Amino acid sequence: MTSTDHTDVGEQHLEVRLRVNGMPRRVELPVRRTLCDALRQDLGLTGTHVGCEHGVCGACTVLLDGEPVRSCLMLAVSAEDHDVTTVEGLTEPDGRLSPTQQAFVDCHGLQCGFCTPGFLTTVSAFIEENPDPTPEEAREAVGGNLCRCTGYQNIVASVLRAAEIQKERATESTEGSDA
Amino acid sequence: MSTRSFGEPVKRVEDPRLVTGKGRYVDDIGDDRTLHAAFVRTPHARARIRDIDPYDAYELEGVVAVYTWDDLSGPTAEPLPLLIPHPDLTHPRTGYALAKDAVNHVGEAVAMVIARDRYVAEDAAALVKVDYEVLKPVVGLRKAAAAEELVYDDIPGNAAAVSTQAYGDAASAVAEAPHRLTFEWDIERSACMPMEGKGVHARWDAHEEKLTLWTATQTSTGVRGAVSAKLGLELTQVDVVTPDVGGGFGVKIVHPWPEEIMVPWAAIRLGRDVKWTEDRREHFVSSAHERAQLLTVQVGFDDDGRVLGLEVDILHDHGAYIPYGLIVPINASTQLLGPYRPGAYRVTFTSLYTNTVLVTPYRGAGRPQGVYAMERTMDRIAQYLGKDRLDVRAANFIQPEDFPVDFGLMFQDGRPLRYDSGNYPALAEKLRTLVGWDEFEKIRADARAEGRQVGIGLGFYVEGTGPGPYEGGHVQVLTSGKVKVATGITSQGQGHQTAFAQIVATELGVPFSDVIVTTGDTRRFGYSVGTFASRGAVMSGSAIALAARKVKERTLRLAADALEADPGDLEIVEGMVQVKGDPSTAVGIGTVAVLSNPLRYAFDEASKAATQFGGGPVDYAKPPVAPGEKPGLDETDYYSPPYSTFAAGAHAVIVETDPETAEISILKYAVVHDCGKMINPRIVEGQIHGGVAQGVGGALYEIMAYDEAGQLANASFMDFLMPYASEVPTSIDIDHLETPSPLNPLGIKGAGEAGVIPTSAAIAAAIEDAEGIPIVRMPISPSELFDLRRAAAYPEPLVNTMPGTESVRWVDPASVLPEHSSAATPAASTESEARA
Ligand code: FES
Ligand code: FES
Repeated sequence: MTSTDHTDVGEQHLEVRLRVNGMPRRVELPVRRTLCDALRQDLGLTGTHVGCEHGVCGACTVLLDGEPVRSCLMLAVSAEDHDVTTVEGLTEPDGRLSPTQQAFVDCHGLQCGFCTPGFLTTVSAFIEENPDPTPEEAREAVGGNLCRCTGYQNIVASVLRAAEIQKERATESTEGSDA
Repeated sequence: MSTRSFGEPVKRVEDPRLVTGKGRYVDDIGDDRTLHAAFVRTPHARARIRDIDPYDAYELEGVVAVYTWDDLSGPTAEPLPLLIPHPDLTHPRTGYALAKDAVNHVGEAVAMVIARDRYVAEDAAALVKVDYEVLKPVVGLRKAAAAEELVYDDIPGNAAAVSTQAYGDAASAVAEAPHRLTFEWDIERSACMPMEGKGVHARWDAHEEKLTLWTATQTSTGVRGAVSAKLGLELTQVDVVTPDVGGGFGVKIVHPWPEEIMVPWAAIRLGRDVKWTEDRREHFVSSAHERAQLLTVQVGFDDDGRVLGLEVDILHDHGAYIPYGLIVPINASTQLLGPYRPGAYRVTFTSLYTNTVLVTPYRGAGRPQGVYAMERTMDRIAQYLGKDRLDVRAANFIQPEDFPVDFGLMFQDGRPLRYDSGNYPALAEKLRTLVGWDEFEKIRADARAEGRQVGIGLGFYVEGTGPGPYEGGHVQVLTSGKVKVATGITSQGQGHQTAFAQIVATELGVPFSDVIVTTGDTRRFGYSVGTFASRGAVMSGSAIALAARKVKERTLRLAADALEADPGDLEIVEGMVQVKGDPSTAVGIGTVAVLSNPLRYAFDEASKAATQFGGGPVDYAKPPVAPGEKPGLDETDYYSPPYSTFAAGAHAVIVETDPETAEISILKYAVVHDCGKMINPRIVEGQIHGGVAQGVGGALYEIMAYDEAGQLANASFMDFLMPYASEVPTSIDIDHLETPSPLNPLGIKGAGEAGVIPTSAAIAAAIEDAEGIPIVRMPISPSELFDLRRAAAYPEPLVNTMPGTESVRWVDPASVLPEHSSAATPAASTESEARA
């Protein structure tokens, strides 16, 4: 049966301004919409995945002003005026894979790729903070993200490799500017 | 990139896309016009539906429609198909796309709401009023077997099937054996739990009268067949596309899920795209679980530990419906044999209904349970005889010269259980070295000196992989020189695009990077079975190799004409066809593709050569396309083996148990694995890592905590403990053995499930070895281990004896442990011995 007369669902809409992957964006959305849904549905950034919607799996992790947050636990309206970085925004401006992205490719750190965006954002923030992690620290860094495919050994290896690539690239660019 | 990439650990071609957010999963499809479905699901495990009142839901703004079973007609209203019938499946029962009159497990879909977005659809679903007459549910294997309450009034004993297979006279062999032991082994429920749940997006083109369905499935052709049948459409009116899938592990092989019927059904009715994405709770209560079995073993053996007779009785919990037939208990009962051939064998399984989520294959699909029973039995034989556990296994191994081995049993593919090849003694020797078996007693002594407790455990398995009936492959050389490959099976993270490209690059002699593979899209390849039972590489890989060989053969023939050479004198190197060893003669395979298709019209420089006035000398006596030839450089072939191929492996694990807290930690994990020729060792090892992690989850953490009312009390990631990085071994030592399969052109065997199969067996054995108290039921938590210790320290009142047996050395753990789930009857776990 198709609906005709309607009861208002009582959704309040708000306009939200935020910066996503460096670009200022403006969206009008229902206030109850989660940040992950807003990113995926309103902004077309489907790289952020949703694995549980209750804050446990970490698949939806994005960076809010550089810090990892679970976008399923946050309302889009509370991202007003903040900087959001999704997996799409990790790629270097010249299109090159970021150190973390490259490391996951190099170390076979993903299989189905569904959990991967959450790992990539988490690890990107981590190696900024700790550019020289020990294996234990690397394991700890991804300790809040679930992956059902990889068994994590290659993910931990990817974290260590990401830190290495980041260092290599830093050296390259210093050498480059010296030349 | 070299063309000989078969066998190399090349990096995956899937990854650059997936790490940049460019993956495309089902929920990524759709736009503002797409309508969203939400399902009303029963909160009761067993109830009759008296009435459904959707009125309040209709009223909500943004709601487009609410549907119940009453809205369905024809095949859509009939029960969902029984996918795999079996002569012993005498009382099959399947559900409906939407419940009709009754519900049989919490989570069953009762009504569907379609609305402008998911939020509104869920609001409305909450407003649908369903009047239930609640009935008493049957939960837990022992309750189901006791059959005091029936799930279905017309199914006596709650049994869908009782099935026996045997060779020899097992009862006599056990009775007459020098030594006899009896055990009951108990495995709890777990689930595949892929990070992406199920999802469906349907689009109906009213002008073309054509349905396109994107679904997170392990079988796009299966869904296509089922959906066209259920919706009354011709097969050619339906295309099913499987985009990126966020893990499967078995649950997505089941089809059609109710949502795969209802979502396209609504899209056709409404003329709009409709989508549904399963949320996590829905996945827990309305997809599928696996594993729960009770296995009773009676074994008779000689002084060397050789098994002379083995009798096994399995109670299998298949949940409320049985659409996937008897695959899981058949696997458990046949693959239990592993690398051994007992003198005589009899196995009987009873597949029981309970008011819980249905049970269908989860990675391993019954094998972990069977292997658990067999391997633990081997451990106990060794212990009883005071022998080394590896030696007892060695006394029972099938020997390399025994192959092929025909057991006289029927495997899950309906064909004889017949091992094609293997070398189990070599596996055992590699494992001995890899884990340091012979040095372990020193490790134990050192640990003990520090007040620590360690133990070691083993698990061997043989896994029938690559079952038929068939798969196909299409290989096409484009005029650009790129090679397009299509096969029907779907991918859920196995790296098929990479592995199949390696096969084609190697067979054809083209650069790996020029090969582009499509899987799971019925628009590209319509004949296929699906991705399950570690069959992707074996089946599609073989078919693709055969198709590539045909393409190569034609390429050489066509190039031979152009080069005026004999095809036998030509080779293909890096995509160029040339006289062997003479690059100066080289022509690109893209050019050969141009020449293969005689043209009337030129559309670019390359195609000129193929037109009627554009080429070289022409023999006017011959037609442009020779008899028996065809235009275009593409070939299709199929691979259909007579039997499954049997991979094998062995795991060993060293655990430490904390003397105070009973915390269990894994110190070392070793895997020796034989999947025949490896296409890509990096991918194979990744599969093993992932499998072991799931195995560890199943051994130490994961249960489905059903209460007596049939409520799943831990239906979230908060409460269902899936391993994080902190719960898995920090590293896994892996060694490979490559015993080629004689059954397929590449000599390969499947690898997808290997990691999970013997894990519970090995971990249970290691804990038992560390603690010196019997571990019968898995998974085991620290608190359960703690209770077992206490019981072992004060055994007197807890000892349980079985009439007619001589002694009981160990405590029955079931008598001291709370049940994992609501199956409240204590386990009749016994260990007895009697000398003949
Ligand atoms: S989806 Fe946000 S943590 Fe799982
Ligand atoms: S790669 Fe599949 S869940 Fe992590």
